[in-house]
Amino acid sequence: MTEEKFEFTAAIKKKIGFIALLGFLSVVLGAILFDPSAGHHGDAAGHGTTQIEAEHHGDAEAGHGASDDGHHGTSPLLKRIFVDFWINNVFFTGLAIIGVFFFAVQYVAQAGWSAPIKRIPLAMGSWLPIAAILMLGTFFVANHDIFHWTHDYLYHETLEDGSPNPEYDEIIAGKQGYLNLPFYLARMIVFFGVWYIFFRILRKNALAEDLNGGEDYWRKMVKISAGFIVFFAVSSSMSAWDWVMSIDTHWFSTMMGWYVFASWWVSGLAVITLITATLKENGYLKIVNANHLHDLGKFVWGFSIFWTYIWFSQFLLIYYANIPEESIYFVERWQNDHYAPYFFINLIINFFFPFLLLMTRDAKRHAIFLKIVCSAIVFGHWLDFYLMITPGTLKENGGFGFLEIGLMVIYGCAFLFVALQRLAKSSLVAKNHPMLEESMHHHI
Amino acid sequence: MESGKNFILGIYEDEDVLLKAVRNVREKGVKIHEVFTPFPVHGLEDALGYKRSRLPIAAFMFGITGTTLALTMMFYMLGIDWPMNIGGKDYTPLPDFIPVTFEMTVLFAAFGMVGTFFVVSNLKPWGKAKIFDLRSTDDKHVMAVDLDKNSLSPEEISAALNDSGASEVNTKNFD
Repeated sequence: MTEEKFEFTAAIKKKIGFIALLGFLSVVLGAILFDPSAGHHGDAAGHGTTQIEAEHHGDAEAGHGASDDGHHGTSPLLKRIFVDFWINNVFFTGLAIIGVFFFAVQYVAQAGWSAPIKRIPLAMGSWLPIAAILMLGTFFVANHDIFHWTHDYLYHETLEDGSPNPEYDEIIAGKQGYLNLPFYLARMIVFFGVWYIFFRILRKNALAEDLNGGEDYWRKMVKISAGFIVFFAVSSSMSAWDWVMSIDTHWFSTMMGWYVFASWWVSGLAVITLITATLKENGYLKIVNANHLHDLGKFVWGFSIFWTYIWFSQFLLIYYANIPEESIYFVERWQNDHYAPYFFINLIINFFFPFLLLMTRDAKRHAIFLKIVCSAIVFGHWLDFYLMITPGTLKENGGFGFLEIGLMVIYGCAFLFVALQRLAKSSLVAKNHPMLEESMHHHI
Repeated sequence: MESGKNFILGIYEDEDVLLKAVRNVREKGVKIHEVFTPFPVHGLEDALGYKRSRLPIAAFMFGITGTTLALTMMFYMLGIDWPMNIGGKDYTPLPDFIPVTFEMTVLFAAFGMVGTFFVVSNLKPWGKAKIFDLRSTDDKHVMAVDLDKNSLSPEEISAALNDSGASEVNTKNFD
């Protein structure tokens, strides 16, 4: 009963390849249809400032905003593609590391119910090295287009001839101790490196357990997982500051680390649930029954609310205090024709929809509801990252169309391909897991 | 037979025996009043054929009452009765109302559920608990069969309990 192997057949590969091809066509179509003068402030593309930015920073920092992009000539299309790459890099890195995190949490919590599905989150972790390459690559090519703080000219108080530098940005210069290129890259490399090492060690032990059995591997993995969780607690927050919050360099929020983690976590749970439900429907995972799905459903439902709680905690304080340097973040997203619709769609897809649809016990026990809600959540949280990253980089020139959808689909297919290929390489169920018996009798 | 309510009690030592006994006894047509166990026994509700609790529905109703009350209260107070300018916001800013609404919803749902539980379990200060067998809080599982609700004779019921693996079969009377 427990000896199962997932077969990654040519038919599935073809299907994923076909969807990826559609994604590619969508990107091409998006590039052809791209109108560089689109947006409310067509002229803004040239000097890179926006109405809001100008109004906001207008008096205090006159002149600074106006030089955002003036120093280099990336075309608007290319810039938008770079930003789309960054959204997907951050989002799919999150899915991969949440796979490892979920796996580790199951060990630290000494959970029994999840024993037969543990291989699925573990397989998601195999995206990590690719995510690292893509993220570093995108950063090297496009750092000036995505991160305003990477511009060297912001940091010099005076020009070479001794006159005051009109581009000097006191606030950004004040953050140089943390936000500088070498330290930033070192953090990125260390995070990915350590995450990947933990992933490798956990996977090695899991496979050794398959061969040799016994409780020793399980006990060892509890310890390793505890170590990983401590590192992940710090690194997930810092990566949120680095990869997401530093885009809006002047702005900061103490909730951002949690916010990004919450978004990653719930979308990772949704992906785990989706893969589990789909495998179950195709005759795999014989141990898994409605009780296991129910538990996954509770996870997804509960953490949708958790995300909303974090979202609202960040929003309410800023909204209530109404300090300009803080509320600019929501002014750019909420009171902006470009992003306002997505601002509300984000809340509807990620809170109201799962909250109402997954509330009942029956909904959580039936794969069809889980599949509908989880698909919506995965897209919804991609949109959440879109809303975190695009307004700060593309300002009024951002958009949502074939380019975004296409690139998201390509990334999604690649992620799924890597994860499923890894899943097919070893036993689908951890057959010697000491808690497998408990999981078979799982009943809620 | 004594007056009042009469019960036959089966005492079981082991939860596996108990689970099988519950199914076995019910198959023989005995209607079980209640089973008392010192710790939660998984699958007991299923074996007893209990329907799902309606407590979640009650909780939802209590919760929605709290939501409505909170919103009505705040809209009345800050919108109609005594409008105040707070930080230049609207008189009735919905985002500001969310925490209070949430708290009232949770408060009502929680208190409502506790109250419901008290009523359903007949827990009141002057109430007297029906204790079938004190050992059910220690190490014995107690299955109580209400004689008034069963058409089988006391002898048949006792025999059924004995056959199902009860370590002892007693009678219990409540006046």
